[in-house]
Amino acid sequence: MRWRDECYAMIQAFAFYLFAVVVIVSAAMTISSRNPVHSVMWLILAFFNAAGLMVLCGAEFIAMLLVIVYVGAVAVLFLFVVMMLDIEIAEMRAAFARYALIGLALAAALLAEVLIAFKAWSVGGVQLARRAAPTEAAVPNIQAIGELLYTRYLLIFEGAGLVLLVAMIGAIVLTHRDRGGSRYQNIARQNQRRPQDATRNTQPVVGQGVDL
Amino acid sequence: MNGSIGLTHYLVVAAILFTMGVLGIFLNRKNLIVILMAIELILLAVNINLVAFSAALHDLVGQVFAMFVLTVAAGEAAIGLAILVIYFRGRGTIAVDDVNRMKG
Repeated sequence: MRWRDECYAMIQAFAFYLFAVVVIVSAAMTISSRNPVHSVMWLILAFFNAAGLMVLCGAEFIAMLLVIVYVGAVAVLFLFVVMMLDIEIAEMRAAFARYALIGLALAAALLAEVLIAFKAWSVGGVQLARRAAPTEAAVPNIQAIGELLYTRYLLIFEGAGLVLLVAMIGAIVLTHRDRGGSRYQNIARQNQRRPQDATRNTQPVVGQGVDL
Repeated sequence: MNGSIGLTHYLVVAAILFTMGVLGIFLNRKNLIVILMAIELILLAVNINLVAFSAALHDLVGQVFAMFVLTVAAGEAAIGLAILVIYFRGRGTIAVDDVNRMKG
């Protein structure tokens, strides 16, 4: 049993380091890639590996959501926009080189600050009894999230739906343009139309036809 | 989260990812699309933090909150890209440096 536990821990460590290294490398490639299309591809790889990290944590639902929402929707949206816009890449590289040194210095400073903060930080005074929604081992992750989401967080959940609705309408309104020549439904005219205005009874004579 | 991989490992990965996002915003002044992608990276780092704490404390609220962050990130990407598209239509470029010409 002890051997099996050690084996599991080793596999977990291996998977964690694999996912972590790939997510960081692909993030670096996302921001430094020459071609925006390649950037989107690296971003997709980063999202997949972040989903792997979350599976390792035991958050399967969020991981699958990450794959579906980010990879399936957001990254494809980025891809569409990148391919729709005709942008010059050469001009962008000049600015990149100009800011590279100071940017790297600033990023190193920021990372050092965060890591120093980690070093100084320790978990203290966490009252586990006062957690808002403790997880039970017997309930699967998705079921537990569903039970929480549709009861205690129902209003916030509907608010999230509202945010998505507003984003959808906003995106359509912003990017819609009238090219002219579109045929719209005129509902007022449709309602004004009466049968006696639109139709007529005729008694056609054979061989002469009807003039409309 | 048992085994040798603890909370701190996840936090360090998220911190590095966050720094990458900030660096991406800083470096890609001429390319608004990559800036939006860097913002997505930052939000991803935040989500990793939330999920890692949720797993470490055995408290589900972190995961629920990560879901809402995901929602807002999706909406933000859609609106941001829509604004980018209309900006490109009017200007023919997506460089951030020229945005100040929008006033007046």
